[in-house]
This record gives sequence, C-alpha cells and structure tokens, in this order.
Amino acid sequence: MAEAIRIEDLRKTFRIGFIPKTRPILKGITFSVREGEIFGYLGPNGAGKTTTIKCLLDLIHPDAGTIAIFGRPAASPRAREVLGFLPENPYFYDYLSAREFLAFTADLFGLGRAEKEERIARLLKLVGLARAADLPLRKYSRGMLQRAGLAQALINEPKLVVLDEPLGGMDPLGRKEIRDIIVRFRDEGKTVLFTSHILQDIEMICDRVAIIVGGRIVKEGGLRDLVSEKVLFTEVTVSGLPPQAFAGFGEGVTSRGDRVFLKVYDEARVDEIVGLVRDRKGRLVALSPRTETLEDIFVDTVTRT
Amino acid sequence: MKIGAIAGITFKEAKRDRILYLLFFFAAVGILASRVLAVLTVGDRVKIIKDVGLASISIFGVLMAILIGTGLVYKEIDKKTIFTLLAKPLHRAEFILGKFCGLVLTLFVMTAAMTVIFLAIVYAHTLKIEGGLLAAVAYIFLELILVTAVAILFSSFSTPILSSLFALAFYLIGHLSWGLELIIKKMSPGPGRALVRALYAILPDLENFNFKTEAVHGLPIPAGIYLSSALYGLCYTAFILVLAVLIFRRRDFI
Repeated sequence: MAEAIRIEDLRKTFRIGFIPKTRPILKGITFSVREGEIFGYLGPNGAGKTTTIKCLLDLIHPDAGTIAIFGRPAASPRAREVLGFLPENPYFYDYLSAREFLAFTADLFGLGRAEKEERIARLLKLVGLARAADLPLRKYSRGMLQRAGLAQALINEPKLVVLDEPLGGMDPLGRKEIRDIIVRFRDEGKTVLFTSHILQDIEMICDRVAIIVGGRIVKEGGLRDLVSEKVLFTEVTVSGLPPQAFAGFGEGVTSRGDRVFLKVYDEARVDEIVGLVRDRKGRLVALSPRTETLEDIFVDTVTRT
Repeated sequence: MKIGAIAGITFKEAKRDRILYLLFFFAAVGILASRVLAVLTVGDRVKIIKDVGLASISIFGVLMAILIGTGLVYKEIDKKTIFTLLAKPLHRAEFILGKFCGLVLTLFVMTAAMTVIFLAIVYAHTLKIEGGLLAAVAYIFLELILVTAVAILFSSFSTPILSSLFALAFYLIGHLSWGLELIIKKMSPGPGRALVRALYAILPDLENFNFKTEAVHGLPIPAGIYLSSALYGLCYTAFILVLAVLIFRRRDFI
C-alpha cells in the first residue's frame, strides 16, 4: 500500500525566553501513514503530537528530518492541495457565518462558483449545520465550531485528512456522528491521521496507531497487533448470595444491595464460581471477560518510558 | 485569487474595527472645522480650508494605517486563525500580500470618503474642483500605502503596541530625514559625508509625497517630480513588503 505520509527522523527544538533555553520537543520521529487507513497518533500532553502535525503542515519549520505527503515535500503548498486540516481548538473569523467561512476557504482553493455552492451545501448537511449555516460563528457552541471546522477541512475533497483532537468538547452523540464521518472517509478511500485523548474512540475506528512519549515514537503498529485478545480478568456479578461465599475466589470482592462484584484473574476459577452460584441457588447477573485495551497499552507504555 | 480572498476577509475585518470609524469621525470633524478656522483667521480663507483639510486626511489616514495595520497579522497569530489558513495551499507571501491589499482597499475607501467631504467644502467656496488638490490626495494615499507596508512588516514579528511605536517612528523619521540632505550639502567630502549619505539612502523620505503646499498655493509641479515620487513610493513599498515576507516565512507558529 502506498504511503500518504512519510516522516523520517523529524527533530525540533524550541528556544524559549529572553535568554534562550533550548527545549527539544521532537527527538527523531519516524513513522508512516498508509493510503486509505485511519491512523491514530497518541501521546500524553506535551509529548509532541501537535508539534509533529504543525511540522507536517509547514506551520513549524523542523530543525532536521523529512516529511512527504503523497511523495511531495510537506513544505510545498502543492502538497497541501490534497490535505484537509482541523486544528485542536478551531479558531475562525467569528463574525462570519459557517456558509461565508466555507466560501472563503473554497476561494483559497480556487473553486468555481457553482462547485463552491454545491460543496458548501453538501458539507453543511454532512456535519449537521445546514440549519445554523447563516448564524455568525460566535454564536456557535464548541461542538458546532468543531463541525464547522470539519466542514472547512473537507472543502477541497482532500485525499488526506489531518484532525487534531476532533472529538474534544463534543457530547456523546456528536462524538458518534464525527466517528461515523471519519469511518466514512476511509470507506471513500481517504486517509485520516488524527490525534485524540479519548482512547476508546481511537480503538473503535483506527487501523494503526503510533504512541509518542517525550518526543519519541515508542510504539507503532496495527491496532490488532498491539492489543492482544488475551483475557486479563473476568468481572462477575452475582445476586442472592453473601460476599463471604466468595472469599478466596478473586480480588476486589465488593457488594452493593444484594449484588456481589468479583474480579477473577484465574480463568479456571470462573467455572468454579458459576458452579457455586448454581449449587447455592444464587443468580449469575453478569460475567464479562476483560481483554487488554488500548488504554492499558497506553498507560503501560507511558509509565514505563 | 488567493490574495484576493485574503484581501476580502481583511477588508471585512478592518470594516468592523471601531477605531476606523472613530478616526474617520475625527478626520471629518477636522475637515469641517477648517471652515470655522478659516472664519477666525486673517488671510485667504480657502487656503486655510485646503491646508487643514489635506492635513486631516494625511494625519488620520496614517493613524488608520498604523493602528489597524499593526494588529492585522498579529491578530491572526494571536487568535490562531492562521493555523487554518496556512494549512491550505497558500504561500506565506500570498498571505502577507493579501493582508496588505485588504488594508490598502480599506484605506482607499476611507481616503475617498474623506476627500469627498474635503472637496465638497472647497467646492462650496470656490465652485471648482482643483486637479492639484486631487494630486495631493493621491500622493497622501501613496504615502499611506507605504506606511501600511511598514505596519504589516512590524506586525509580522512584533506586538501591536511595539509595532505601532515602530511604525510611528518610521513616519516621523520619514518626514524629518530631508534634514540629512541639507547636512550632506554642508559637509565636506569624506567618510562622515559618505555615512550620512548612506543613512539618507536607507531612511525613508516621506516628504517626496508631500505636495500639500503646492496644491494649496496652486504652484506648478513638473511631471518628472510626480513620476519620480510615485516610483520612489512603489519601490520602497515593494522593498518593505519583501522584507515582511522574508521575516514571515521564517516564523514558527507554535
């Protein structure tokens, strides 16, 4: 599969203060994003995610390293013709309406009038802003601004969409809608690079991820390769029996009302618990095996680094 | 096309700036007050009206260029709207030129509005529109274009307050640098004179755009002077804009 983005040995050091102190942010980042995939870029605050994205967009000049977008140097404006970008906290001209703002961004791509109007109407509908299209952006909620930001990122029908925290500030319904839109991008053959602190979202929709910590990529790969399907423990919920009945079966025996909650690490003991509940005429309410999640990997990676 | 889009949004933004209307109000008051001053002054009333009117257009035009121009680029960086813009296939030079053209368009509209008020008052007294006055206003506008470029240059790397001070200093130096020409004439040849000559070549000479006295007194101006002043203004503006682009291209937007 061809590479949509290729970043090699990217380095950036900022000089801060009146008597400049050097602060290395990126210490040799290398990764690639394949065409047609959804790539999650994770890292704790200050790890260098946004700096990497800004280097990709030529907003920050790297000290060393190369970045190519579909084989073209990222610093070339032509490379950005096929790219759509949504910044972390979208800041727009708040006196413009979403329709006017989209018309302005369309002009930056030199779209003709008919094409521009057709795309604006389609995008406003796609992001659910058709009814608020003529309101000034200053009257928008954060979630609505995020949607307007997504619409402007798509005005040029990009092959590559870069989204910096696209789900921040959205309510659960809005998050689901944006997730669905991102998945639709992949179905249409677009490539998506996005950062998010909401790891469940990344786990739900990403094909591959890279984890950056302290300016270095510490893990990169397919989500299925990173997250094993091994059961870590099983959560068992039982009713009709006292907590003492389960002493020695598992860690974290707690009770609320007539329900008892257990965390069983030994899979073999789960069958014993089921047998015990049946024998003593209790009721098995829930039995949920908990497999490894991206969050486990993320927390483990960040704490070990 | 892209420069036009940036210029359009800059024009829209400048139009919303209250400072613009405040300065326009004071300029209009200044032009109208020239009528009162003329009544109170001994001498040619029309000359006073022309003199005060042209001075008002010049001073308030420069204040508009400096106070709005110095905030233009800075605001884009401060409000982070620049992230969205520069992520598009837009050269940084196009961004700077778009901002410049947008403000020049704003100043053109404002200068035109001030000129209409000014010429209406002059016409009420003389019953004619003098070409010399229009030429003087055109060269004031040329000066405003240069000051706009300077304001944008400083705005591309400094805060609005510092940029305003720098731009104002540029304007004042520009109107006083003609004194260096006199010094050069009086100095004997040598390294000192060469240094002053170099300084005079670098520093702006905004008196090149000052045709107010000639316009007020109806004095003739050779076409060559008009041409060389216009050429000087355009070259100096281009130089300042190139400098602004070079600085802006090197910037990181953190």
